[in-house]
Amino acid sequence: MTRTNGIARRDFLKSTGILTGLLAVGSPLALLAPSRTWAVDLTSLTSDEGATLLSVTRTIAMHDKLDDAAYALVVQSIDADCAKDAATRKLVKDGLAGLGAGFAKAGEARRVAALKEVEPTPFFQTMRIKTISTLYASPLAYAYFGYEGEAFSKGGYLARGFNDLRWLPDPPLADSGPVPGQG
Amino acid sequence: MAKIDLNDDSAIVIIGSGAGGGTLSHELTRRGHKVVLLETGPRLSPQLFSQNPGEAFGQLTWLEPRTTSGTWGVSKDFPTLPVWIAKSVGGTTVHWTAATPRLQRTELKGRTNYGAIPGTSLIDWPIEYDELLKYYQIAEKRLGVTRRNGNPGMPASNNFKVMYAAAKKHGYKRVHTAYMAINTTVRDGRGICIQQGFCAQGCKSGAKWSTLYTEIPGAEATGNLDLRIESRALRIGHGADKRVNAVVYRDSKGQDQRQKAKLVCVACNAIETPRLLLLSESAQFPKGLANTSDQVGRNYVHHITGFIWATYDKPIESWRGATLAGLIEDELPHNAKRGFAGGYHFELIALDLPSLPLAGLPYGWGRDWSSFLDDYRNMTGTFVNGEDMPRADNRITLNSNVKDPFGLPVAHVHVDEHDNDKAMRKHAQTQATAMYEGLGAKRVVIGNTPPATHNMGSARMSKDPRDGVANAWGQTHDIPNLFISDGSAFTSSGSANPTLTIVSLALRQADYIERSLKAGSI
Repeated sequence: MTRTNGIARRDFLKSTGILTGLLAVGSPLALLAPSRTWAVDLTSLTSDEGATLLSVTRTIAMHDKLDDAAYALVVQSIDADCAKDAATRKLVKDGLAGLGAGFAKAGEARRVAALKEVEPTPFFQTMRIKTISTLYASPLAYAYFGYEGEAFSKGGYLARGFNDLRWLPDPPLADSGPVPGQG
Repeated sequence: MAKIDLNDDSAIVIIGSGAGGGTLSHELTRRGHKVVLLETGPRLSPQLFSQNPGEAFGQLTWLEPRTTSGTWGVSKDFPTLPVWIAKSVGGTTVHWTAATPRLQRTELKGRTNYGAIPGTSLIDWPIEYDELLKYYQIAEKRLGVTRRNGNPGMPASNNFKVMYAAAKKHGYKRVHTAYMAINTTVRDGRGICIQQGFCAQGCKSGAKWSTLYTEIPGAEATGNLDLRIESRALRIGHGADKRVNAVVYRDSKGQDQRQKAKLVCVACNAIETPRLLLLSESAQFPKGLANTSDQVGRNYVHHITGFIWATYDKPIESWRGATLAGLIEDELPHNAKRGFAGGYHFELIALDLPSLPLAGLPYGWGRDWSSFLDDYRNMTGTFVNGEDMPRADNRITLNSNVKDPFGLPVAHVHVDEHDNDKAMRKHAQTQATAMYEGLGAKRVVIGNTPPATHNMGSARMSKDPRDGVANAWGQTHDIPNLFISDGSAFTSSGSANPTLTIVSLALRQADYIERSLKAGSI
């Protein structure tokens, strides 16, 4: 899994394009990242293609307050798939070309309409699955959604809030069971 | 561990090391029988289980191709992954969520109790409930099932608190933290549950029962088990006397081997068990082994399942804690007034990221779809698990157009839903929606039917040999020394998560095999 500090890694020699951005002030991601600026080098896609693809991923999984940096990781992952496989590269480049250069800057309604038109295509379906499986698996998304992930390494949630909900009454003991360590 | 010679024809060969095969191996070896246990997967351990959801899925899942068709939602939503079963020593007991309810008394005689239902092939089990109950009690002790035998219940997690409050307000009475094969006390050399979640990724603390670290080491300790990992059974051979006498398998080095056997027990999960029988066709058994009745692969059942998700305006953090430790039993009893036969469980559920958007939510994208995830911290969920109706044409067949890495035709899973199935699902979704809205849910979303994890019925037990594949002991009608030792043997699905029943039937089958071998009657 790509980590935030990977975003800053630059390799101009192999680069075909670049995506850059600035984390929002107060973004939970700012705590994870080494600095507020970020950049992702692309090795198959051009900067324009990268920008269009970033906009595609954001239109698929629309979270207004989630930084572009999180979506850039999806772009980076799709770009890497393109580098590995010519068929994927063609699928992605053709698909992006079909959306046109204006896609990235278009308003939400126009972007949604454009994607609806290509929804049945392998291009869109591949982008959809790739967006969901990459975006929501990233530490950036975990931070944004408040998901804490695995806890075995920290001793589980037994002593870390598995039952700390207080806005509803506790079920009676007869329908549940004793909390280990609390009698 | 024993080293059993390939030509030793006194060996019992068990294929598959999950709930059925793992338990049976222990039961037979501890009685002194020599057992060769063939497992196609690797041997993992709690130390090796990944806690990255994507990695864990790849680590444990049997990912070889299968195909599917029919009107069930899985065919559309998961065309390349119709079933989610494990490929590992311990089989699905590695990735199961440890829910261990019993079948209900009425469910064993569904045909009698529900009456004739056109378009189904439902028959009664050839076993009396009191007989099964005897083995449930042994199995529950073995697995340390909570709320049975004085074992404390699971403590209430945040997610359960929401289920409990919503269910009680809705008027449900039988709501508790479920019967779980998860340690709430130190027992069986294993510690207590530390509420880490990640039950479906392999339990790193070992609090969840799995044959991987209970029955199989137990069998090894007897000195009578020869466990061969990464060994794929390719066909079961038989002699001119129409008795099985060997299993051909490809070993971990890629070499084909032929292990002689006096008895063969098939426990490869209800997709691969009928596939292996069909692949073992011969001149004497042209339709596949034990398939004189043409019932091998038919009557496949998988439970009516599905997710219902709800969000509230306050945090729940549903991922904290044992995934399935919550149960509503009020919709279990058969009640024809609801408009369908059989009953269903509501089971507590949480899914990690990215599994929730990948497999738990309905297909979608865009603002409306993704905005539901913005409330991930405030989300609760329930999993419906109900009886589905067997149909002769809901079946596992061989698909010769697609080959597995061994060059053999893959399993094709065909399921057309019966109206009874649809009516039950609709009822469950309506009830769950009302339940969550009654507690003030902001939004309720009806999720997918996920790839089937409860696979049953495809080599079923029947009183009449024309109706099924095996008798009341899982012994095939055609071949006395060939046994079905997994969920394939279920006569119908009932509404209970199948593992406890698979274990109970394996314990019972071991008693039968022992008796029969002593009497010389197999």
